[in-house]
Amino acid sequence: MKGIWPITKKELVSYFTSPIAYIVVSVFLLLSGFFFYSLVWWFNSQSMQMAQNPYYYQQVNINQMVFAPLFHNLSIILLLILPLLSMRLFSEEKKMGTEELLYTSPLSITQIILGKYLASLIVLLAMLFLSAIPTIFTFIYGNPEPLPYLLGYLGLFLLGAAFLGLGIFWSSLTENQIVSAVLTFGTLLLFWVLSWAGYSAGGLWKDLLNYLSFFEHFDGMTRGIFDTSDLVYYLTFAFFGLFLTHSVIQSRRWR
Amino acid sequence: MIETEHLIKKYGNLVAIKDLNFRVEEGKIWGLLGPNAAGKTTTMRILTGFLPATDGRAVVAGYDVFEQPAIVKQTTGYLPENVPLYPEMTVEAYLGFVAEIKNVPPKRKKAAIDRAVEIAGLQAVRKRLIKNISRGFKQRVGIAQALIHNPRVIILDEPTIGLDPAQIVEIRQLIKSLKGEHTIMLSTHILAEVTQVCDGVVIINEGNLMASGSLQELSTAYKEKDGVYIRLKKCNHEVLSIFRQLPGIDSAFFEGMEIKLEWDRSKDMREQIVRLCLEKELGLLEMRSTAMNIEELYLRIVSGGIEQ
Repeated sequence: MKGIWPITKKELVSYFTSPIAYIVVSVFLLLSGFFFYSLVWWFNSQSMQMAQNPYYYQQVNINQMVFAPLFHNLSIILLLILPLLSMRLFSEEKKMGTEELLYTSPLSITQIILGKYLASLIVLLAMLFLSAIPTIFTFIYGNPEPLPYLLGYLGLFLLGAAFLGLGIFWSSLTENQIVSAVLTFGTLLLFWVLSWAGYSAGGLWKDLLNYLSFFEHFDGMTRGIFDTSDLVYYLTFAFFGLFLTHSVIQSRRWR
Repeated sequence: MIETEHLIKKYGNLVAIKDLNFRVEEGKIWGLLGPNAAGKTTTMRILTGFLPATDGRAVVAGYDVFEQPAIVKQTTGYLPENVPLYPEMTVEAYLGFVAEIKNVPPKRKKAAIDRAVEIAGLQAVRKRLIKNISRGFKQRVGIAQALIHNPRVIILDEPTIGLDPAQIVEIRQLIKSLKGEHTIMLSTHILAEVTQVCDGVVIINEGNLMASGSLQELSTAYKEKDGVYIRLKKCNHEVLSIFRQLPGIDSAFFEGMEIKLEWDRSKDMREQIVRLCLEKELGLLEMRSTAMNIEELYLRIVSGGIEQ
């Protein structure tokens, strides 16, 4: 941990002295605010109509009608914008020649990778935290269940952590930030749509493709179902990304 | 202090350095000299642990670079050819960051920054963003980061490249001031730099070691003839023939306003020359040795292809 923090601090400074972090966070907040507003608006009009019928009124559930779709929307926004957070992590060092400073310091490659990853996680956390502020009002004026709400946010964080793990890997492979972002985005999209292929496949393939898809694991969490296998999936995904990054950096220097 | 044994580096089929053996003594400034693409940067990258060697051994400050890389990196300061700077940081923040990754204890961090700023003469730009400072200052920041943790060994890859003449002089003085406390190895292809700054050189070409040793050692080893330049009141072709007749003198000819006299290295003709000048009343004004300059030495070693 000792050597990790200086790197994290430096990365956070870079994020917030360049426009990237501000733009990514602002766009995320703008979109999440818009989705939240329109979902609440839709929820209100629906509940007005349903209030006339006692049977339907029982069905009104803010978690199901506002938060579950909100989390799905946010997860897609994360898929689109997190590659912009991870793209510069190693690409920029390579392009600027500053990697020579890092790799000739007594820090290990693992410390450098973890430091950078931690910085991107902190930005993700800040982003999610800020986006949660308007949703708190639903607790003041309504009574949503807190557990599915919290689990949804945990799901978003884990999903984002997995995205960033993959992004850092692509970033270690190229010195071009755009290439790194596009490759990350492409791979994420591929994993995202795996479940679509899963629907048309059958048997073992269906299970396998569904297991590999981000969507399947995230869906349960937005509905308040916590399964450790989902947690394991995201952590493995993130770990795998970091492990590959380590291998790339190590092998590049030995070539 | 820095030692290599049979160091080899291959990039695929390309052999960047072949069987490099040299030694740098403690507290000295050593130059790594060679034409472009000779393998200077590769050698330095291996010594600093940035690149692993394909074969052979490199020892820095008594530690094997491949077996104890962390200790070597801790005892070495390195300025790569492209100064590794983060333009969005201030000079002070940048040096603080380097101090942290070089394991300078938090309590001593401020003192370490103060010291590096002072040595490198960065007081004027300390609080400024790196992207806004001049090329010369950037180079100084690069040197400051290399010595922030007070390393025993400092490795500088082309420290004066791209600077104007005044800045070059400043940086050379800065490097010279570090001598003694630190062992320094610097690479360059500016020959004058070596004579002005270095105690010794390692000359490499196309990855091969061509020569290594102190400047005097090399100069004597490669010099075939001794000689002097003399300046006389009387200066004409008759005078030249007088010298040519002196036994032992191999050649005598004009070089500008001076006469260059050469003889075999085994003899010393200086006394006889002075005596002759006095006897013939030639009006001797000045006499200086034709110590082989670094250009001649370098060209003889690199272009002449003389192996050690």
